[in-house]
Amino acid sequence: MTELPAKTDRKMGLVIDLDTCVGCHACVISCKGWNTENYGAPLSDQEPYGGDPSGTFLNRVHSYEVQPEHGHAQLIHFPKSCLHCEDAPCVTVCPTGASYKRVEDGIVLVNEDHCIGCGLCAWSCPYGARELDLAEGVMKKCTLCVDRIYNENLPEIDRTPSCVRTCPAGARHFGDLGDPDSDVSKLVAERGGMDLMPEMGTKPVNKYLPPRPKDRIEDQIDILAPLLAPVAEEPQGFLAWLDKALDKLPGQSSGGAN
Amino acid sequence: MHPAPSVILFTTFSGLGFGLLVFLGLGLPAVTGTVAFVFYAIAYALAVGGLLASTFHLGRPERAWRALTQWKTSWLSREGVCAVAALIVMALYAFGAVFLDSHWTLLGWTGAGLSLATVFTTSMIYTQLKAIPRWNMELTPAVFLSFSLAGGALLAGAEDLAPWLLAIAGAVQLAYWAKGDRALETSGTNLGTATGLGGRGAVRAFEPPHTGSNYLLREFVHVVGRKHAQKLRIIAFVLGFALPLLLILTPVQGFAVKHLLAALAVLSHLAGVAVSRWLFFAQAEHVVGLYYGKR
Repeated sequence: MTELPAKTDRKMGLVIDLDTCVGCHACVISCKGWNTENYGAPLSDQEPYGGDPSGTFLNRVHSYEVQPEHGHAQLIHFPKSCLHCEDAPCVTVCPTGASYKRVEDGIVLVNEDHCIGCGLCAWSCPYGARELDLAEGVMKKCTLCVDRIYNENLPEIDRTPSCVRTCPAGARHFGDLGDPDSDVSKLVAERGGMDLMPEMGTKPVNKYLPPRPKDRIEDQIDILAPLLAPVAEEPQGFLAWLDKALDKLPGQSSGGAN
Repeated sequence: MHPAPSVILFTTFSGLGFGLLVFLGLGLPAVTGTVAFVFYAIAYALAVGGLLASTFHLGRPERAWRALTQWKTSWLSREGVCAVAALIVMALYAFGAVFLDSHWTLLGWTGAGLSLATVFTTSMIYTQLKAIPRWNMELTPAVFLSFSLAGGALLAGAEDLAPWLLAIAGAVQLAYWAKGDRALETSGTNLGTATGLGGRGAVRAFEPPHTGSNYLLREFVHVVGRKHAQKLRIIAFVLGFALPLLLILTPVQGFAVKHLLAALAVLSHLAGVAVSRWLFFAQAEHVVGLYYGKR
């Protein structure tokens, strides 16, 4: 049944640091790589080498420019994948029961053998976290790498979602957001982690850490600059003679007050 | 939203078909024998034809039967259950009317109720979606129900009711457009809340995640044809409601002329509703478009 569990034992999810993300898209590629070869149907591409390439991705990185009222604009790279919402609309709209939220860890998954590919779950998701695979005709979404995080065949360091393991900037964190003492929960509390579109009432588990304020660029940016100021404004000695001599020559001198 | 022809055909035809079944179930008109057979054939062709068309947009149509299982939570599942129940009950009622010359009133009323419930559940599939503010309004079920009843009355030849129901449906349509045009703004969702960065300044989509298109853009960000929206609204309103009203209110003599005008009214209404339904999808803005700097 596609009823949401009243409560999940744990709330596994991601914390994404918008201050640290450099927008390299490595998480996108590692996600595509792992999830094409493992859980469920592969993530197909259509016309990958043709004129209009497109394909199924479970994670995409946008870039936004934020222009404050005063000061400089800031560029923010913004990875977006399934937020594993507590009140996930994609689960309850599913007519077949293919879409479900796990009681043990809160991960939202699709049973691809039951999915009819009606697309209604993707319609209901405000975040665009679900994509219908055109080759397979079933809905694909982030599984939080459910086939990695409990996989005892992998070394312990690899038992995190592929995107988290790959991120070279350390901008992605994985853990139990239902446990207030977990590292991710502490990080969220410390940095003021936020929800996307809270007004939709989806109660996302994944949190985003806002970018830290940028350093202010003062009028004087270099404390050594005064020491390097020219000691003589007017040329003297040989340079003064040369300056005058050149001025006397016919033709126009370009630049400079003299 | 991408206006998929299969879904537009489904909602238009099955809405009309179930509307006709409502009137037939209520005994308006209380037809029997061959005439009843023709009425029910039209109603079933529209309703079942529409349902079949809707399976064409599925990725895995062979598993469509599974959609009947989740009626506890899913409006799409409830729609499937209601549609199957309505079609079975009305088939029994039709059997009595066509072959046994009898009207089993209780069965007819049940079938009418289930037919109306089918249209309501269809409308709730769209209404429930908070991610599409233009659909997430009380007026959405009103649009589906009033259109279905007006079309049903027109097809059933309910001369007393049809003009009123057409006028009501036309008024609901105008109200839906007026309110819908403000829905995205009043929803409070914008790129600022979508990214959580709105408090820091004006947020602008600087670079999309990919150079090509993707499923999300194809399915949810349909902007082609929106520039003709006002013209299409006039066409939908005139064909769907004004012209049929004029045609059935025109006083004419003779059985044939009257039926010809009624047939024209039905065809005009059908075309108008189809255009309105196209706009219903094409103009609906999914909030995921905001992430791409579009709407």
